[in-house]
Amino acid sequence: MPPTTCIRCQTNRAVVKRPKNHHKVCKECFLAAFEDEVHHTITSSKLFQRGERIAIGASGGKDSTVLASVLKTLNERHDYGLDLILLSVDEGIKGYRDDSLETVKRNASQYEMDLKIVGYDELYGWTMDQVVETVGKKGNCTYCGVFRRQALDRGAKMLKIKHVVTGHNADDIAETVLMNLLRGDLPRLSRSTSIVTGHAASEVKRSKPLKYAYEKEIVLYAHHKKLDYFSTECIYSPEAFRGTARSLIKTLEKVRPSAILDIVRSGEDMARLTPDKDQSSCACDEGESMGGCGSANGRSSGNELAEMEASLKKQSNHASLETDVSAKSNATVPDTVELPLRTHRKEGLGTPLQKLGQCTKCGYMSSQSICQACMLLDGLNKNRADIAI
Amino acid sequence: MGEAMTSAAIPVVVEFSGGLEMLFADKQRLTLNVPATDKDNKPATIAYLVDYLCEEEMGDARKDLFVLDGHLRPGILVLINDADWELEGEEAYELQSGDNVLFVSTLHGG
Repeated sequence: MPPTTCIRCQTNRAVVKRPKNHHKVCKECFLAAFEDEVHHTITSSKLFQRGERIAIGASGGKDSTVLASVLKTLNERHDYGLDLILLSVDEGIKGYRDDSLETVKRNASQYEMDLKIVGYDELYGWTMDQVVETVGKKGNCTYCGVFRRQALDRGAKMLKIKHVVTGHNADDIAETVLMNLLRGDLPRLSRSTSIVTGHAASEVKRSKPLKYAYEKEIVLYAHHKKLDYFSTECIYSPEAFRGTARSLIKTLEKVRPSAILDIVRSGEDMARLTPDKDQSSCACDEGESMGGCGSANGRSSGNELAEMEASLKKQSNHASLETDVSAKSNATVPDTVELPLRTHRKEGLGTPLQKLGQCTKCGYMSSQSICQACMLLDGLNKNRADIAI
Repeated sequence: MGEAMTSAAIPVVVEFSGGLEMLFADKQRLTLNVPATDKDNKPATIAYLVDYLCEEEMGDARKDLFVLDGHLRPGILVLINDADWELEGEEAYELQSGDNVLFVSTLHGG
């Protein structure tokens, strides 16, 4: 097969076939196109404000490493005027996180960014190693996920930063869309597709600049740019990606690469039909918010599904959600159409959508009187007391 | 595996990253002499190389992390001499002497 010429520059040998449009491009054109597209995502959704301090949720993995590299490049090239800082969570997993944190430390010096590491031990008094010692390997991901969400927010607060960006990519979003569809979880479906989440009530907002970037291209970007990243599965869920929605996504991509972005866009369209009213019920447990762990979505597996089912049953207003769908087929236009789209981005600052209270124990935002992290900690501490006696 | 044994062997360099190296005893780079033809006397392709790696080089029993339903697992990228294998004919690409074949998993951590 003779070498293919790049469709963009018509000069160099093409080395990448882009999944979104089948364009065959050379290394330089690929890197430029990837960066331009992230820039487009950032500007078209007005993600940042000049002078803003941004914490990049950094795990040392491919997604967050590419995010940090691209943001540094774009910040300089397009003069965003951002102050970028790396924020890492140390779950306290020996042989896994301590290695990946070394990568983050190297990244910090490569990209000339400050680095803040917040540890589960200082925040909660428990490392994940200790949690696993107590609860076993089964279900420990639940603890890790709940703790991590708060940890990033708390880390940001310590730094007095109000905006955390995470490396979630198009594959992650597509996977979450499928999972939430299968669960029938409309509120979360709505939230998982929006590029900015949760700043109205939580003080710290989250956004996903790589939302439209294919995982394949993120890996290729890291490869061709020779980025220094860490890739080993967490020792407590070594094969979390087996038999999950992730496999389905990857198989779909093989058959028709555009399927991934199609699912993301379908998710956005469905989110538009989804009532916003249930936002408050799960502001603190976004399945897709486990910043920093590649297969975070997959790893929650059956356990989380069962929990979800239980909590869905508890929701008193799920009936109203169902009628929204059937109402669509009636001639009468349902009120869903009037609902503001993605309000949380546009004017969320002054008008909190979520009626969140505070955890009576730790003061962290929570929809219940005691937040999930404190409930889990309670259980853990009781166990530790038992063991001590 | 000396050249004397097989009348024709193709020297190739195989690399692993993105977490795949753990299936190959944490080796990131293998220098191999792959038989030039398969059992049906057809030229060695990437598909053949994948089988060969499973049979000869993989110490790990979890083959399904590399191969699924007889094909390379979706989500694993292949770069042949730094070019996306989709540009080179994927599994049908015929190995050439001195080729560098990189397998990258997109499935691990991020």
